Amino acid sequence: MSLDTDTLATDAGARSGGPPQALKVIDADVHPSVKTVADLKPWMSAEHWEMLYTFGGGARTPFGYPKAVPYAHRVDARPADGSVAGSDFELLRDQYLDPLNIEYAMLNPLRSSGQGVVHPDLAVSMCRATNEWLVAHWTSRDRRLKASVVVPFEQPEAAAAEVRHWGSHPDFAQVLVLTRAREPLGSRRYWPIYAEAVRQGLPVAVHVFGMPGHPSVPGGWPSYYMEEMTSHAAASQAMVTSFIVEGVFEAFPTLKIISLEGGFAWAPALAWRLDRLFERFRKEVPHLRMRPSEYMRRNVYLSTQPMEEPPDARHLRDVVNWAGPDRLLFSSDYPHWDFDDPARAIRTAFGRDAQAKILSGNARGVYRL
Amino acid sequence: VHVPAPSLAQLWPHLPDVWREICTARGIYGFEETTLSPRAPIQARADWRDADGLPTASVETLTRAVLDDTGMSAAICHCLYPVQKLFDPHMAAAFATATNDYLAGDVLNRDARLRGSVLISPYHVPSAVDEVRRRAEDPRFVEVVMLASAELPYGNPFYDPIWAAAVAAGMPVAIHAGSSGRHPQTATGWASYQLEEEADQPLAIQGQLASMVTHGVFDRFPDLTIVLLGSGVTWLPAFAWRFAKFWRGARIEAPWMTESPIDIIRRHVRMTTQPFDGPGPGIPTADVLSHLEAPQMLLYASDYPRWNFDAGDPFPPGLDAAWRHRLAVDNPRATYGRLQ
Repeated sequence: MSLDTDTLATDAGARSGGPPQALKVIDADVHPSVKTVADLKPWMSAEHWEMLYTFGGGARTPFGYPKAVPYAHRVDARPADGSVAGSDFELLRDQYLDPLNIEYAMLNPLRSSGQGVVHPDLAVSMCRATNEWLVAHWTSRDRRLKASVVVPFEQPEAAAAEVRHWGSHPDFAQVLVLTRAREPLGSRRYWPIYAEAVRQGLPVAVHVFGMPGHPSVPGGWPSYYMEEMTSHAAASQAMVTSFIVEGVFEAFPTLKIISLEGGFAWAPALAWRLDRLFERFRKEVPHLRMRPSEYMRRNVYLSTQPMEEPPDARHLRDVVNWAGPDRLLFSSDYPHWDFDDPARAIRTAFGRDAQAKILSGNARGVYRL
Repeated sequence: VHVPAPSLAQLWPHLPDVWREICTARGIYGFEETTLSPRAPIQARADWRDADGLPTASVETLTRAVLDDTGMSAAICHCLYPVQKLFDPHMAAAFATATNDYLAGDVLNRDARLRGSVLISPYHVPSAVDEVRRRAEDPRFVEVVMLASAELPYGNPFYDPIWAAAVAAGMPVAIHAGSSGRHPQTATGWASYQLEEEADQPLAIQGQLASMVTHGVFDRFPDLTIVLLGSGVTWLPAFAWRFAKFWRGARIEAPWMTESPIDIIRRHVRMTTQPFDGPGPGIPTADVLSHLEAPQMLLYASDYPRWNFDAGDPFPPGLDAAWRHRLAVDNPRATYGRLQ
């Protein structure tokens, strides 16, 4: 499909007048957070809790990059008691779910979730506890909240078991992994996760970040946070490339992956580049039976936040058209500092039909809701 | 334009005695590119290979393909001997010098229309600076060339003397697709397939541009120009848009950045047009180019002998005469001050 040529003038009206219409919103990326890691204690064995308390989770990257604002949180999203944003259900409901007309929100916990913990057993234990916490603290309190199965993806068999464990639970709508794994995520070692996701009818969301120990830029460690944030788009492209070239979508033709927070404006150029290279490297990848762009159109979904912002807004409309408006899912990134308001970010400039699809129509076909 | 890497025998006359002795004593038979075989189809078009299947080293074939057949009046050559991958910085410097001697003596001397790129060992900064200064005395050398991935990102002040030397010599610095092999070619580890490794090249270059812009390299060297070789074109706008967005949000950490990365990139970065990458069916090239909003950034290239296009037109599809003149004449003249 193609975007209609709805004008940017209409759009200016939308900006000044608030939400133009009461469109339902399905949000692909919301970040609940534990207040402290002790929130997970009820679901961890005494042995693992003591291990975590005594030794810590371990991390491959010693310090991360200082954010632009504390915890990269919206200042106004911090609860009155001073705890971290995203840790208070009532605030999330009153500030986000109700006023923004959210039909469903995908919960993707990133802090202290067990992903990235180096100790293999502790990672498994913390991911299980995180999933229990997601149900107890969030999805059981509001039917609009949907959980991701947080999996210890560096141990693919254990991760697959975690997907199997929650597979029939109606509150879980997807599996969550992180872009920067120790190997590109299309590698065969991770395939047990995808096999189980397909078996359970769950898409796999791939959120940026992860600390595998590799520099976040191929030419060595960057110095600045803005470099790292920019580099997430590169990591996401490497991730999508890996899924396609390794043949994951040949092995699992119904698998859907959702790239979160990595941008989308790069998708057309990446598809063109992969198609060109495919012609030259066909004999190296005989397992691929379609052109890379065809896998991308069939199996890969992209999310909107943080949206690339060209100086000329018409260029954004071009890339949405080229990527396919049916491949895009709205994401807010609430409660983070670069949050996107659905009424303002997904504007009529995209065309009203595409606007509705991006805000919820596409998501309805992707998630098990 | 690529000149195939010379054999050790071809470099031998250009190596000092001490390095000849080291090669003999230690069993060094030359350094071959190990990441992608020269037999891989993309490395050379079939009509630009010798009978043994390897990309031809014939200078006559080169000049016919890139000059006589296209009507171009000059060709800028580089010889990417893998010095940037060597671990001994002194050895890398010696082989870089020998490669440049070979390029000048065995290739550029063969046709007055050929120009050269100065290969350097970036991990031995003083020798790299000396090399740039020395080659600057030969007017046929018009740029410095480095690979997309190194040990430290190019914004690091470690490399500043190299940028200073290039600016003093009136040379832009070309960054060619390729890795020194120091780090995985993606933030998520090593790729399994050569196809992936090729596909990932622009990601490394994105990291270098972000590094150079964020560290203020172009503030310190306002006359420095970076030319991206053989890395595709169409990825740039999306990268620059995201970069600019995070600069707006996080610029407190780099207060010397007083203008958008988009503007800095447009002023200081140039890109060659083979490969171009896209556009897909039904999308006009002009629409894609409009996203750059900077026609001065594009330089015509054949990427000879790489197999990016079949026999015929090496320009991106659908460009009119004005675009072609801009890409092949105006922009190169503005970029390469030493091109006469």
